[in-house]
Amino acid sequence: MDYIPHTQDDTAQMMRTIGIDAMEALFADIPETYRLKRLLELPPPLAEQEIWEHMSRLAARNRLPGATLTGAGAYHHYIPAVVGHVLARSEFYTAYTPYQAEISQGILQAIYEYQTMITRLTGTQVANASMYDGATAMAEAAVLSAKSLGRNRLILARSIHPEYRKVVRTYAWANGYECVEIPFGTAGQVDGEALRGLMDDRAAAVLVQSPNFFGIIEDIRPLAELAHGRGALLVAGFTDPTSLGILMPPGEAGADFVVGEGQGFGNPMNYGGPYLGILASTDAFMRKIPGRLVGATVDREGQRGYVLTLQTREQHIRREKATSNICSNEALCMLAAAVYLASLGKNLKKLAALNVWKAHYLKESLSALPGWKPLFSGPVYNEFALACPDVKETNRRLEKAGYTGGYDISRGYPELGGGILLCATEMLSREDMDNVVSLLK
Amino acid sequence: MELIFEKSRPGRAAGTIPGSDVPETALETLIAPGLLRGDLNLPELAEVDIVRHYTRLSRRNFGVDVGFYPLGSCTMKYNPKVHENVARLDGFTGLHPYAPESFAQGNLQLLHELAGYLSEICGMDDFTLQPAAGAHGELTGVMIIKKHFERKGQRRSTILIPDTAHGTNPASVALCGFQVATVRSNAEGGVDVAHLRELMTKDVAGLMLTNPNTLGLFERNIEEVAAIVHGRGGLLYCDGANANALIGVTRPGDLGFDIIQLNLHKTFSTPHGCGGPGSGPVGVKRHLAAFLPVPRVVKKGKRYRWSEDFPHSIGRVRAFYGNFNVLVKAYTYIRSIGAAGIRRVSESAVLNANYIMARLKPYYRLAYDRVCMHECVFTGEKQVQESGVHTTDIAKRLLDYGFHPPTIYFPLIVREAIMIEPTETESKETLDEFCEAMISIAREAKENPELVKSAPLTTPVKRLDDVLAARKPDVCWALC
Repeated sequence: MDYIPHTQDDTAQMMRTIGIDAMEALFADIPETYRLKRLLELPPPLAEQEIWEHMSRLAARNRLPGATLTGAGAYHHYIPAVVGHVLARSEFYTAYTPYQAEISQGILQAIYEYQTMITRLTGTQVANASMYDGATAMAEAAVLSAKSLGRNRLILARSIHPEYRKVVRTYAWANGYECVEIPFGTAGQVDGEALRGLMDDRAAAVLVQSPNFFGIIEDIRPLAELAHGRGALLVAGFTDPTSLGILMPPGEAGADFVVGEGQGFGNPMNYGGPYLGILASTDAFMRKIPGRLVGATVDREGQRGYVLTLQTREQHIRREKATSNICSNEALCMLAAAVYLASLGKNLKKLAALNVWKAHYLKESLSALPGWKPLFSGPVYNEFALACPDVKETNRRLEKAGYTGGYDISRGYPELGGGILLCATEMLSREDMDNVVSLLK
Repeated sequence: MELIFEKSRPGRAAGTIPGSDVPETALETLIAPGLLRGDLNLPELAEVDIVRHYTRLSRRNFGVDVGFYPLGSCTMKYNPKVHENVARLDGFTGLHPYAPESFAQGNLQLLHELAGYLSEICGMDDFTLQPAAGAHGELTGVMIIKKHFERKGQRRSTILIPDTAHGTNPASVALCGFQVATVRSNAEGGVDVAHLRELMTKDVAGLMLTNPNTLGLFERNIEEVAAIVHGRGGLLYCDGANANALIGVTRPGDLGFDIIQLNLHKTFSTPHGCGGPGSGPVGVKRHLAAFLPVPRVVKKGKRYRWSEDFPHSIGRVRAFYGNFNVLVKAYTYIRSIGAAGIRRVSESAVLNANYIMARLKPYYRLAYDRVCMHECVFTGEKQVQESGVHTTDIAKRLLDYGFHPPTIYFPLIVREAIMIEPTETESKETLDEFCEAMISIAREAKENPELVKSAPLTTPVKRLDDVLAARKPDVCWALC
């Protein structure tokens, strides 16, 4: 099936108006030798019913877990029904970037409201309308720090998500920046003394994450002071955004950029995407941050309205002098986050507390098993790293019972062999957790 | 319209949280109080208020489902509804990215097959599906160019870009540490080959070429362009943003391109979502495949798995694997329409653009008067000279006629540009209605220019003060 409305009659009439008698005439600019003389080799077309059946079979080749014990950058949270219903409004999902403000007030106002929610959650003064994901948000904040300060060294906490560090390294390589890593201490937090030793006048930014990859909450303030003491900037990431419901806003603790993955706000896990990168900063960087930014203004009659603003930062105006190359972002995922936050409101605090309690319950229950103990002593949010007798056997048993198991920490940290990272959100019942513990006894 | 914060009332709530089935320890005993926040200032509303708020906002928004959206270079085609249903299947939405490969065989098969389809469509040897958007794909492609020369031990500092290119091209090049040199266009709207030959030195890593270009014109000298770039050891990059003109008709790989990025949210009919999520897969010829980002899906027997074992890869360009749920829709599209359907897409898209061009030519001046591909570019200069009506006025007046305006003031080399891309999914009747509106506006510009300059008259807000917004930025609500 296709979605082209032309009848043979329409096509004939249109060709007459154009003044051609064969479709080939429209492609005369393509050198003859390069025009395809055959059909592409693709599977035969399918009717709607057939494609639905085919795709349902493909989806069924996946196995949905009974419960998800994996976090590590993507989080299984309950999504209120209202989120899906708003996202299904095709006035939103079939629109382009709101260049024509007069007929895009809907999404523009929604972005303005989202920006406000994010600045409040993160303790910042400006938030953009989303980056691709948490990792690219972090990488772009790092590049922007280096460009702004004219320095070329990035200092990354080793406790940042391994894939995020890899993305930062890719962007740094492309720009000729150097990356160095700060080790973690026994608490699983950034080793402050090591950071002090690494700081010098070449450092553009110190990058940390809290909760970090091990689920441990960092104390941002002293890290920000160390960075600022040498004229560097502090980029504070987070893993699960719901943690912002209870944690000290990183901006209040001195972060210059707050970046992270917003998926946990109302977006399904979707096997890794689409997600949304949150990027927020201080007034000082308002005219430099990458991405779309919506501002309030008035129309000719003095009515309040919203427009894309400070566009001289952006590629379509500044070309190679732009802050970033980003054009399309993750607007619809951002809308999901906004509706999610509007729905939960102050209850986000309760949700975050519930996550803490669940994680502590599972952490303590597993730590009581022989051969199991916490890898680190620092405080955790909803995930935690444990040393266990055999990671592969643990995951084999969990998967056999229909759970997605833990993240094998040695994948990202060869020095932490035997470590497993587990996550417990509000989606995990006590019964599930007790079952997990009895499976691993 | 009131902001959601202005509708908030203390004590209201929509999303409720289940009671705890595990011990509720005081947070301060688990986490040092200095690490915890004080107040949480989020809006408090009942569910009905939230639904009405966002429903009202949606009615102040214009999408393809509302009406014709001929936004040039954005390929705003109709997005089939079955795609949305398919993408919501639990099997596709419910898996964690680190779910064991044995749980995710359906997803991995889909990704592997989709990369194969895109390779066949583009005449490339391999594809990465990781990049999240077109510009992200460009960045990935430029990184591949950088890696190619790094492996060869050559330092090349510059990438060439025609003056018609999208702004993302130079911005992507700059974000990858290259200098940009601009190639002029010739009198026909193509690459000025003599200028290209002059610029294409041993210090140049390659040429990024959008084909058809942003004037909607196919690069007639493509063979010569490719020979010049390759002759000096450079790579030829295709910005595939305009691939809707070519699929099934010709293949960029056959034309000599080494690298291409596709915008699935344009050519492959995944909805734009008010600006995203998109998806920008990158295809390469065999000699560059080793540099593609990791991880990649590999197939062994009937099983699929992820592999990071590509030592020359540029590395990771994002976390996890790509905008998977967008890829589901693009896969569904290709399987629905098949090879003949794909050819019909380009033919009808090009037919529609030429039809609009033919109908509007007597009323608006064409930037380049030759057969166009998927879009046609007019200039509003005639209207400016005759009555002082600018392209922006024409665009705003179109809102009153119920159409989304074309792209305006781009490409930059055309003054007062009006760039119209109808796409293949629009019927002759819709195109006629749009042309009648454009013709009527051309008449209004002559007879009553003040009317056109005061447009729009029928939208929820009138023309907005952009200057005020930039001079006194108000980017978050500070009042309550």
